[in-house]
Amino acid sequence: MSETKKFMYVNRHAPYGTVYALEGLEVVLIGAAFEQEVSMAFIGDGVFQLKQGQDTVDSDMKNFSPTYRALGDYEVNRLYVERESLEERGLNEDDLMPLTWEDEDDDWAEKKSIHIVSRAQLSDLLEAQDVILNF
Amino acid sequence: MAFELDGRTYEVDEEGYLADLSEWNADVAAYMAKEDDCDLDENHWEVINFLREYYDEYQIAPAVRVLTKAIGKKLGKDKGNSKYLYELFPYGPAKQACKYAGLPKPTGCV
Repeated sequence: MSETKKFMYVNRHAPYGTVYALEGLEVVLIGAAFEQEVSMAFIGDGVFQLKQGQDTVDSDMKNFSPTYRALGDYEVNRLYVERESLEERGLNEDDLMPLTWEDEDDDWAEKKSIHIVSRAQLSDLLEAQDVILNF
Repeated sequence: MAFELDGRTYEVDEEGYLADLSEWNADVAAYMAKEDDCDLDENHWEVINFLREYYDEYQIAPAVRVLTKAIGKKLGKDKGNSKYLYELFPYGPAKQACKYAGLPKPTGCV
């Protein structure tokens, strides 16, 4: 099995109300071992997963938001966030964690992982995938 | 499951990973290694400390592929390869070193 497929993990849930976000993130990290072409999309309440300054102390849950910063190490460096979903929630790019990855082929230059895309652009991206997994 | 060390009881899971990582200390690491017939030297500690720092920053134990690359970047190419790491930790660098470091089994370890 050497053929590379395009995998997109679509995240639609807020991080802590349900287990979707954490489970989805773990699947992405585990799946990264298979060296496929992986990207993630964040739509609807899923955009809250990338919000800066998450604090879970009062909810007694583990704050797993730092783990998104490890995605670059796992070569998962295409995170598409839908602009309309951000706007509907009064958010913009500056409210999100500044996630980056280091390009080994470009002298470890630090590059942005988060790409803000329109609903129409995201629709095209979804169209181009071989496998789509929803969380 | 649990083991006793210096009058304290440490809970571990069925594979020997520490249940509560806040209970970890260097003696626990040395004890776990001894059980595997492994004497920890400074090279082992370099990797164990690296894993603890990684967990502290990202809240996960890195997969072996990620660990190898990150070690290479931090400690040099002669250490960032699987031959070197497997010589230190023959049961698998991520799994075995994570155990001694008191971390859960690595995410993405298949």
